[in-house]
Amino acid sequence: MSLSFLLLAVAALCALSFYFGRQRAVALSGGRHSNLHSLPVHYGAYTAAWCGLPALFLLLIWYMFQGSVIEALIVSDLPQEVVGDSGRLSLALNSISQIAAGGGEHLTVSPEIVDAGRRLANLQTIANAALVVVMLSVALAGLVLSYRRIEADMRARNNVERISRAIMIVCSAIAILSTVGIVFSLMFETLHFFSKINPLDFLFGLEWSPQTAIRADQVASEGAFGMIPLFVGTLLITLIAMCVAVPVGLFSAIYMGEYAAPKFRAVAKPALEILAGVPTVVYGFFAALTVAPFLRDNGAMLGLDVSSESALAAGLVMGIMIIPFVSSLSDDVMSQVPKSLRDGSYALGATKSETIRQVIFPAALPGIVGAVLLAVSRAIGETMIVVMAAGLAANMTVNPLQAVTTVTVQIVTLLVGDQEFDSAKTLSAFALGLVLFLVTLGLNVFALKVVQKYREKYD
Amino acid sequence: MTDMASLMEDRAAAKVISDNLRKPVDWDSPKIARNIKKRYAAERRFKSYGLVAICLALLALCTLALSIGSKGYSAFYQTYVQLEVTFDPAVIDPERTGDPDVIGRANFDALIKQALRDRFPDVTSRSDKRDLYGIVSGGASYDLRERVLENPSLIGQTRTIWLISGDDFDMLNKGYIDPTVDEGDRRLNDKEVAWYNELVAAGAVEKQFHTRFFTSGDSREPELAGIWGAAVGSFYTLLVTLALSFPIGVLAAVYLEEFAPKNRFTQIVEVNINNLAAVPSIVFGLLGLEVYLNVMHLPRSAPVVGGLTLALMTLPTIIIASRAAIKAVPPSIRQAALGLGASPVQTVTHHVLPLAMPGILTGTIIGMAQALGETAPLLMIGMVAFIVDIPGGALDPATVLPVQIYLWADSPERAFVEKTSAAIMVLLAFLVLMNGLAVYLRKKFERKW
Repeated sequence: MSLSFLLLAVAALCALSFYFGRQRAVALSGGRHSNLHSLPVHYGAYTAAWCGLPALFLLLIWYMFQGSVIEALIVSDLPQEVVGDSGRLSLALNSISQIAAGGGEHLTVSPEIVDAGRRLANLQTIANAALVVVMLSVALAGLVLSYRRIEADMRARNNVERISRAIMIVCSAIAILSTVGIVFSLMFETLHFFSKINPLDFLFGLEWSPQTAIRADQVASEGAFGMIPLFVGTLLITLIAMCVAVPVGLFSAIYMGEYAAPKFRAVAKPALEILAGVPTVVYGFFAALTVAPFLRDNGAMLGLDVSSESALAAGLVMGIMIIPFVSSLSDDVMSQVPKSLRDGSYALGATKSETIRQVIFPAALPGIVGAVLLAVSRAIGETMIVVMAAGLAANMTVNPLQAVTTVTVQIVTLLVGDQEFDSAKTLSAFALGLVLFLVTLGLNVFALKVVQKYREKYD
Repeated sequence: MTDMASLMEDRAAAKVISDNLRKPVDWDSPKIARNIKKRYAAERRFKSYGLVAICLALLALCTLALSIGSKGYSAFYQTYVQLEVTFDPAVIDPERTGDPDVIGRANFDALIKQALRDRFPDVTSRSDKRDLYGIVSGGASYDLRERVLENPSLIGQTRTIWLISGDDFDMLNKGYIDPTVDEGDRRLNDKEVAWYNELVAAGAVEKQFHTRFFTSGDSREPELAGIWGAAVGSFYTLLVTLALSFPIGVLAAVYLEEFAPKNRFTQIVEVNINNLAAVPSIVFGLLGLEVYLNVMHLPRSAPVVGGLTLALMTLPTIIIASRAAIKAVPPSIRQAALGLGASPVQTVTHHVLPLAMPGILTGTIIGMAQALGETAPLLMIGMVAFIVDIPGGALDPATVLPVQIYLWADSPERAFVEKTSAAIMVLLAFLVLMNGLAVYLRKKFERKW
């Protein structure tokens, strides 16, 4: 039975229990609702909640552990020499799951693996059947038990409201859970990585070439995992992006807020917002196929040697992407400057631009700095533009015409495709991810604080 | 002595200053006029900077749209070649069984090759023949098979049929391959160009609307590749995302806005949500890879995992938008409901939520639009696999539209450039639709209390 069918069955049971619970309440009331503590609907909701929630909770727990439990069972039956070698183990597990899925005829594997594959298929069938049985019986048990508890003076509404409040708390806690999940999953693999590579080499190393050898006797068996070149590349592209986004974004916010006629604003503002809604993969395509060749050809005409994956192309396009972000944030900030400051300046005879430059801009500066920092954090974490338009080679350079690589590009290159989870190469992506997370988090917390402080100043 | 001198100097200076102060400013003096002129010039300059900035941004937008549009519009048309195909019974169904199984396994490629050889009888060498077969796409044989399965009476007849052409030939017909450049610098040699010209002269080359682009899955052959598989994958992914992030987001927003006591827990949750909204999307991909694939062993490349990952990503957007919408409902509504004896939960479900719903839906649609355009986290959880089949459910391996764009953008064939641009146009059309719906909802239900 497939998952969607199971969910449908539980939903049907819930609907049924809602109906039963309501009916029972109506029957108990003897025709007068005032005999009941709560509305009949609440009794229905009460039984439905007790029918559905435990079953769904069980399903969640089940899916969290089914995979690992079954894998542990399979692994425990494999011969010792396979289990001991992680590379062979993952290979064996791969073939086992292929055999279990009904394929794998072309595989040349030992009979134990074939047996294990059959066992895996068996276990999966058993697990699925057991899940159906257990879930439906839990739902039924919930239905029966809660149905029997219904009495005329039962406080059904309070019960239902308590349940719904608990659900709401769980939902808001998911935001925390995902942060905790991010931190833990990144930490876990990063610690794993640091057990293979010295953290100092990672943080301060000047060379990045994660290609490690598969066999020990290969040449270049030692990869280098110094993240400094990646950060230099990231910062270079971010700097170029900011050089585009900050002036253009700031000036368009000023023009939009102070000078533009309402008609012009009604057209130009949504048009700028479109820039924010374009998916990054589209910008990446634009950078790689339009901007980069354009820069290369024009550079060649000027006698410059522009790489076809230059930092300049990626940075320019990233800057375009960030323009609406900067402009809407600084627009917000500048419109919060109190009108009295502006009026005072006009009263002294200042022109509009003098007021903006000498009164509003200094007053809004902290907020603008916060906005720029948020934009920087976004540029650092941006992935698709650089994956498609920046290079892969980790050059330590600040020349915008050369190819550089970034942290996000490396994470994607390391993790797309097949991974083995005990090589330093794969694990280094998680370490990079952790650094990226911490840097952007730091920038965000700081920027939000600055913006908030600024708001409080004028509130 | 020196003291005396400096005192005298100070006195002289003070006199100059007081003289100046006493003198009224002559507003009509040429100096002031110059100054004012300068200030107004600065004003105009400053204003023009703003205008230039906006024009630059709009120029970038137009360039983007134009470059995508001009590259991609041709992908909606596909070159077809007219050939006389003989449905040779010896190839299709030698024993005249009429069994669809036998016909389905027949070598229809051979029919097309025969037709090409008949069309150009003077081609004899092996390598020339191989080039010749490139005129027609490898997928044309499937079309022939379907035609015969639909209408078995075709067997034994000779028909004039439009067949889908190969990608290089298609590029030549659309003008992307310039036949005037040196032979070594283009994908087609002189003989192929000559065949093309001969076919064009015979009126046997035509561009038709490319329905296959909208109905088929991915393919290694550009002329056979379509976006339907990716669109279905996107649909399932978004379905999972919506099913999770909408209820969770709305419930969390209701709790934080209506019920939560002002304590440490609520504060942490709030700071958390604001920060989650700014975490780079690729980090969510790493989370999905670690938690969903490594710990929970969910299937790789499945829309379920993509949806779960994107749900975490869109959650902050939905929560923030929903909270704003709930906050906008005036307290008088709540007080009236409470005054009539409704419980707090009843107040929220019967009055506050329905009134806030348009705002919540607008925020949700915008969040979904973001999720639809998101690529990076899906690369992490293996949705970049090359998948030909149309996914049949949320557990089948699939890819999504933006990832399909990324994959095609990486392909070396020239014909994939137009496919990529066309896929981008389709994706943007969906995004415009979604955002348009959000704007419509906001306009229609916007109310000032």
